[in-house]
Amino acid sequence: MNGAPVIDVRGLTKRFGGKTVVDDVSLRVPRGAIYGFLGPNGSGKTTTIRLVCGLLRPDHGEGTVLGHDVLRESALIKARIGYMTQKFSLYEDLSIRENLDFVARLYDVPDRAHRVDTALEDLGLATRGRQLAGTLSGGWKQRLALAACMIHDPDLLLLDEPTAGVDPKARRDFWDQIRRYAARGVTTLVSTHYMDEAVQCDFIAFIAYGRKLIDAPTREIPGKVGLTTLRVVADDLEGAAAKLRGMPGVDLVARFGTELHVAGVDAAKLRAAVGSLDGMPGFAATPVEAGLEEAFIHLMTESTDNMQ
Amino acid sequence: MSAQARTHFSFARVMAVFLKELVQMRRDRVTFAIMLGMPIIQLLLFGYAINTDPRHMPTVVEARDDGPLTRAFLASMRQSTYFDLVALSHREGEGDRMLEAGEATFLVVIPEKFEERLVRGERPEILFAADASDPIAAGGATGALQQIAQTAFAPDLEGPLHMRQASAAPYDIVVHRCYNPAGVTAFNIVPALLGVILTMTMVMITSIALTRELERGTMESLLATPVRPTEVMLGKTTPYLLVGAVQVGIVLAVAIFLFHIPFTGSVPALLTGVTVFVIANLMLGYLISTVARTQMQAMQMTFFIFLPSILLSGFMFPFAAMPWWAQGIGEALPLTHFLRIVRETILKGGGFAAIGDDLWPLLAILALLTAVALRRFRQTLD
Ligand SMILES: Nc1ncnc2c1ncn2[C@@H]1O[C@H](COP(=O)(O)OP(=O)(O)OP(=O)(O)O)[C@@H](O)[C@H]1O
Ligand SMILES: [Mg+2]
Repeated sequence: MNGAPVIDVRGLTKRFGGKTVVDDVSLRVPRGAIYGFLGPNGSGKTTTIRLVCGLLRPDHGEGTVLGHDVLRESALIKARIGYMTQKFSLYEDLSIRENLDFVARLYDVPDRAHRVDTALEDLGLATRGRQLAGTLSGGWKQRLALAACMIHDPDLLLLDEPTAGVDPKARRDFWDQIRRYAARGVTTLVSTHYMDEAVQCDFIAFIAYGRKLIDAPTREIPGKVGLTTLRVVADDLEGAAAKLRGMPGVDLVARFGTELHVAGVDAAKLRAAVGSLDGMPGFAATPVEAGLEEAFIHLMTESTDNMQ
Repeated sequence: MSAQARTHFSFARVMAVFLKELVQMRRDRVTFAIMLGMPIIQLLLFGYAINTDPRHMPTVVEARDDGPLTRAFLASMRQSTYFDLVALSHREGEGDRMLEAGEATFLVVIPEKFEERLVRGERPEILFAADASDPIAAGGATGALQQIAQTAFAPDLEGPLHMRQASAAPYDIVVHRCYNPAGVTAFNIVPALLGVILTMTMVMITSIALTRELERGTMESLLATPVRPTEVMLGKTTPYLLVGAVQVGIVLAVAIFLFHIPFTGSVPALLTGVTVFVIANLMLGYLISTVARTQMQAMQMTFFIFLPSILLSGFMFPFAAMPWWAQGIGEALPLTHFLRIVRETILKGGGFAAIGDDLWPLLAILALLTAVALRRFRQTLD
């Protein structure tokens, strides 16, 4: 993680017919970082990624990606990024191999046939290269799309919910691969709705209503959100949760297995609220370190509906 | 390869798009079949409709003379399978009435004192009037009548009249085409049909070139690659140039072998004209593709182009007879110029000199369409 940031954009703003979908978003992503992009549905993640790779022109904003001007040099940027779209966007009427071959040709990949063979083997699809991409299951389509966007060894990966619908084993393989890439200096910007993926990122930006609310190294996120969290157990867990919800000082009540995590920004009010439950059968409350999960559930509940 | 070099025109990327497009075309069986089957089906349908080898055409003969030569002629007529003698009239005007009423397609008039004047060497005229609104029938009938006259009169022209037969026929057959004086024949229609078929298929198929990618969502990953607008355009249209070539081959083969169209002009001139015309149509379709957002819109725009092409190009109505504004629209349509080029080369035996007046406008239309299409190509999704 050295040198100039790979993504350095400032004040990106995008409007669709009067509606501001991305609002003054700045991003600085250092080389080799895995940068997580979180936010509720419709918050503007996909739009921001499209702005970064030059697929959309911002109404305002400027900056560089891979050292090239994001407004004027998108052709140079495109040659060095791998973009995986949220919706499957390879050709369903081409075979798996033909899709990979097509992408490899577009990027002038050297030793193309060999590179495509390797990609097929890595995917575990070496024997199914002639199958039409449209006949693959959803998860396999995702994996193929991922392989396709990496075939030209890009310096920057822009992945829009790459593991949606992918099984746990394949997801772990995928993240191992991203880590290996990162170790080689490849930078990744990845949007996700999965907490277990968020914790794997070096940095996390949280976006809601098109605005970036938080942007920090992952381990600092809970501190930034500033939640105090208490672990609550009681015989009647549901009853306790029902009582706590809506009490002053209680911003979040989330059930984790057999316990409740009760969190709030105002520590004193939170303690008072939880204390009022004292006397319920089996009640006990202990402070725990606030985790990412609470932080994000909190952020999400603050900005649930991004549809207008 | 340096990053800078990647933004230059790349033949490899054109190839990538070209090959992809070929594979997709091959897999899309229905479209593929339509593209190759349509010219054949249209031509064959047309072939049956126009019936190039008609038989039993209702014919009325107005015989104002009744010497042995006339009787021999009538006997020959009755034997012919081409003509069905529906009436024999000796009164002047009766034949015209039947022709007008559609009771007969042909009228043959043998004039008064035909035999006498023939013997005297005056070359009397046999009048042959045809309802040429059925142009094919009219075309063939003239030839058939010549034959009949020759066989009918040959034996009688032996002996004393032998010297009359020696040189040219001692009579004249005067052909009157009624109702379609220009005498449009299959010779005109089949080459013109080539232009119509090419307009239809070439414009339609390229009009969905980009809209299909937009609708299927593949445009997003295509645009995220370094591919340039010119590369996409070349890669996406070239496969259809091949399809166009096959269609041209099919139509010309049918025209020559089935319809026996006499091909008299310069082949290089014709092929140059056809090539420019096909590319102009591909660009027209591609331009539509950069404007339309959906395949449905693209189809509608294609028909919006197709109808004036049929109506205002001179295919349907004589160009010279159209009002000035319709001619103006016509001049802007590739088909108008193509029709003139095929007429010049196939029918009138012309070469490059003859088609120049239409080749240049066609090239200008092509250049304009290409420039606008490239400008319209959106490299972004908004
Ligand atoms: N081309 C467009 N025209 C108009 N509105 C658009 C367009 N693209 C996106 N939007 C709107 O912009 C907003 C943000 O969309 P975006 O796809 O960026 O959200 P997202 O964060 O990726 O959501 P999700 O998690 O569901 O993928 C949405 O309200 C969407 O309706
Ligand atoms: Mg999205």
